[in-house]
Amino acid sequence: MIFFQIRLPRVLLGLLAGGALAMAGAALQVIFRNPLAEPWTLGIAGGASLGAFLARVCPFLWLAWGPLNTSQALALLGAAGALGLVLALARRSGGAGGQTLLLAGVTLGVVCGGAIMVISGFISPWKLAEFHRWLLGGLDAADWASVGALAALAVPGVALLLAQARNLNPLGLGEDMAAGQGVDVARVRRWTAIGAGLASAGVAAVAGPIGFVGLLAPHAVRKIVGPDARLVLPCSFLFGGALLAACDALGRWAAAPLEVAVGALTAVLGGPLFLALLARRRGPA
Amino acid sequence: MSSPNQLVLRNLRFSYESAAWELRIPALALGTEPLCGIVGPNGSGKSTLLKLAAGLLAPGEGAVELDGRAVARMRRADLARRLGFLPQECPALFDYAVEQVVALGRHAHGGTLDLPTAADRDAVARALGDVGLEALRHRPLSHLSGGERRRAWLASALAQEPEILLLDEPTQALDLHQAAAVMEILARRAANGLRVVAVMHDLNLAGLFCDRLVLVQAGKIAADGPPAEILTENRLVAAYGDKIEVLRRPEAQNPIVLARK
Repeated sequence: MIFFQIRLPRVLLGLLAGGALAMAGAALQVIFRNPLAEPWTLGIAGGASLGAFLARVCPFLWLAWGPLNTSQALALLGAAGALGLVLALARRSGGAGGQTLLLAGVTLGVVCGGAIMVISGFISPWKLAEFHRWLLGGLDAADWASVGALAALAVPGVALLLAQARNLNPLGLGEDMAAGQGVDVARVRRWTAIGAGLASAGVAAVAGPIGFVGLLAPHAVRKIVGPDARLVLPCSFLFGGALLAACDALGRWAAAPLEVAVGALTAVLGGPLFLALLARRRGPA
Repeated sequence: MSSPNQLVLRNLRFSYESAAWELRIPALALGTEPLCGIVGPNGSGKSTLLKLAAGLLAPGEGAVELDGRAVARMRRADLARRLGFLPQECPALFDYAVEQVVALGRHAHGGTLDLPTAADRDAVARALGDVGLEALRHRPLSHLSGGERRRAWLASALAQEPEILLLDEPTQALDLHQAAAVMEILARRAANGLRVVAVMHDLNLAGLFCDRLVLVQAGKIAADGPPAEILTENRLVAAYGDKIEVLRRPEAQNPIVLARK
């Protein structure tokens, strides 16, 4: 009973959320031509979390219909807003692939996190306790309804990304080369951004901000299978899903009977990798 | 009217916000001879012209047509099977192996799953053979010299097997012997039916290998014809300034262009 009602949905939630984030990261790294891009570092996860949080804490914004509710709609809006803003900022300072993109993304993520904290100040403590785990990025609210809620956005997102996998490969040699080889670059970018936005918003609405899975998984996978996106995307999904489910299990067992939020664990594991990659990128070419 | 396999630029106008000139081309037909070079001083609009021809830039006015069909209205994959484009640089995001880079050239020929067909494998092998990189086919790009990397990109464009191939400075930053080797590869393919249009900065190399030169100056076509007619001191001084000298030696087929102090 406990297995079917609590354990299984939680594992499934971890697999799907981790997989969606990892695949989104793998695809975003190609379209932005930046190996450090992923939903968290681009601010998409932050924007989506702020949207989802607003839907949860503002009674007049909360509407639910089966597994779907306004937190997903506002998470999507937040993801789209964040992506649009980061892209506009990066474009203004020349080029969408540079460090400005990351700087803008990480900053936006921090601003969204700050906004969530400010809003939290106006909420009664007992209500806030409900959101505490979600705020840190947690899977412990897992039940079948939350699996359904995640799947409603993440599955179409993942499907869109998989459909673009073949077109992502030529982009690895630059936009002009890809266009010359027959890729409609603007179209691939648009659908990939929509797919990644859907996947990230789905995860943020259910599990809050979970960072670095989208960085860790694709990098590990490329070391094993090489850079072919047709392999990297599905393998990242599997690896990211397994990684998040494993981190969640670790967070549950390591400090039992207390729990460490999985988002906190992925940040502790993934943050150093991000810094290491950043240091390597900034070093002499 | 355009004959088959002709890329026609018609009443084309294009300007960058920052550029002092506007590119204006009343009419230009490309792909009409085996090897055509587009020459002209830096910043004169050669690369812009090539990108417009490839459909990578949308003209402010006018149209680019392939066999009478507007390039802008064709699907990119359909276009890529007939018209190839190799940019000056192909900054690799990941460390691809040479063979992977060349196989990417087959993108427009692939289906949904993109599993390589016999034709794909043949085209890749032929392209690797033509550029002389068979032995290095498994080597990652990061382990290649600059010249080898450029040949790998060229092989990718050759594997695409278009009817017309547009190349933006394919010999850029190459030593003389490597630049000549690249031009020889292109000339061999051109002898087998490929129509090559290349932006070139080396006038001597352009004169030696090309059947036709288009001289671009400040966004306009200043001259268009066989190399011997284009590489004259009057024309080149008008385009590049007076620090240029053209020598004609009876034993050499082509004029020799030199810088003057």
